[in-house]
Amino acid sequence: MFTKIIASIRGLGRRVTDRIWRLGFASRFFLAIFLHSGTSLRRFGLTIREIYFTGVLSLIIILVSGMFVGMVLGLQGYDTLQRYGSSEALGILVALSLVRELGPVVAALLFASRAGSAITAEIGLMKATEQLSAMEMMAVNPIARVVAPRFWAGVLSMPLLAALFSAMGVFGGYLVGVKLIGVDEGSFWSQMQASVDFREDILNGVIKSFVFGVIISWIAVFEGYDAEPTAEGVSGATTRTVVTSSLAILAADFILTAFMFRGA
Amino acid sequence: MPVEPLVKISNLSFAYDNRPVLTGINMEIHRGKVVAIMGSSGCGKTTTLRLLGGQLKPTSGYVSVGGQVVHELGDDALYALRRRMGMLFQFGALFTDMSVYDNVAFQMREHTDLPDQLIHDLVLMKLNAVGLRGVHHLMPSELSGGMARRVALARAIALDPMLIMYDEPFAGLDPISLSIVGQLIRTLNDALGACSIVVTHDVQESLKIVDYVYFVSEGKIVAEGTAEEIRNSKAPYVHQFVWGEADGPVPFQYPARPYGDAILREVPRVH
Ligand SMILES: Nc1ncnc2c1ncn2[C@@H]1O[C@H](COP(=O)(O)OP(=O)(O)O)[C@@H](O)[C@H]1O
Ligand SMILES: [Mg+2]
Repeated sequence: MFTKIIASIRGLGRRVTDRIWRLGFASRFFLAIFLHSGTSLRRFGLTIREIYFTGVLSLIIILVSGMFVGMVLGLQGYDTLQRYGSSEALGILVALSLVRELGPVVAALLFASRAGSAITAEIGLMKATEQLSAMEMMAVNPIARVVAPRFWAGVLSMPLLAALFSAMGVFGGYLVGVKLIGVDEGSFWSQMQASVDFREDILNGVIKSFVFGVIISWIAVFEGYDAEPTAEGVSGATTRTVVTSSLAILAADFILTAFMFRGA
Repeated sequence: MPVEPLVKISNLSFAYDNRPVLTGINMEIHRGKVVAIMGSSGCGKTTTLRLLGGQLKPTSGYVSVGGQVVHELGDDALYALRRRMGMLFQFGALFTDMSVYDNVAFQMREHTDLPDQLIHDLVLMKLNAVGLRGVHHLMPSELSGGMARRVALARAIALDPMLIMYDEPFAGLDPISLSIVGQLIRTLNDALGACSIVVTHDVQESLKIVDYVYFVSEGKIVAEGTAEEIRNSKAPYVHQFVWGEADGPVPFQYPARPYGDAILREVPRVH
């Protein structure tokens, strides 16, 4: 009985220290990416190629989802606003929800499951098939050649994708609100233009999506690089990328929002 | 004055965590030679190659290549040394997102400023050497196992290395590809004036091409000699390995309690 308790405490302790150790390793890995970023900046073609794979291939899902989210916002927003007789404020509601929150957050969640998982799987498979080892033996650092370009591609793609998501969302809200329901077109756009602030709303949204880009890309490349080099190891790492980065995005969103919009 | 060997392994030991894999290995390999390291699976052959390439650090002893102790080198010096080594990985490890041409050109592009035209000629030359000039536009997934191995070989010799290492180059090949790869190892080594280390458990094929053989068992060198000496060896372990006998000094049974005990006494408990 007593030994069982001791054993379970010990097991718990080991789990905790393992996690902390892994977090430390992930942080060192983060630093290593920065130290070895020279190649991906000097030979920017490498990064461009990865932007194609991560960014462009996520485009369809981001655009379509943005459109639907905007359309739903149009419906829900109108329903609420018209109770207070202020349905022409629909433009503000749609734009602010998208630019401040839904654009960066939903685009990041989609990006994590579309591109983050792909990055993890790709790097993990390169590890499992000894391609990373082979590269090392050819005197080419895999962090510089494989990891850093994918990291920067993710970081650069994320704000652009979030912006496109918001733009599609505004368009979707316009379609539903103005074309379908019949909110006045002039007040929809002019109120939106008057109330969305560049610094306060747009810039903060861009900062958010940039931070999410760093989080997703870091988790994705780390999980791939750290994956156990077997088929199960890679599939487990892919799942962890999606779960961990989704949680991290939502937590980071709360913290960033608390700093950015203090009801000033 | 004796010539300094290109590769010297001195009293080398290595352990994963606390599990010893290699204990007190000594080898000397000279330029121009093709040497085989043989032993059953899991005896530490791949580990030896990784120690040579500086991907692992020895627990004690050292490995030196071209007069430099590998584990004492800094990052830059180690990378400089690796440019003069070629390694063929067990399953080829071709970059799956690049064509055959780009795989072979990889190191030339990364490490030299050669113009594209020259790289083109060099790549085709390397592919020609392994008889695969015609497949330069294919992706690795479109190659057969034997062809992938030969492309990986072309990639390994891209920068004319002084030391070429082969990890199980014969595993999983059909008899024809097998002898092609065997012949290539020998001819490329002689053409480059390099030194080759072939890690394998394929005795018959490698005895045809190598100059010298080391037998590793349980982390130690248990026998060594020229191909001829090994073929005629009376040492029980070597004999068992060379002639592929199921039972001998390497027992068929994994160590276990006496069979009688196990059958009679280990009655499964039923609750
Ligand atoms: N990364 C590792 N961690 C722990 N043990 C390992 C690792 N890689 C190999 N081993 C063990 O070391 C021993 C030697 O492995 P290896 O050198 O790959 O053998 P082989 O002669 O078949 O190439 C094996 O028993 C293997 O289980
Ligand atoms: Mg092996």
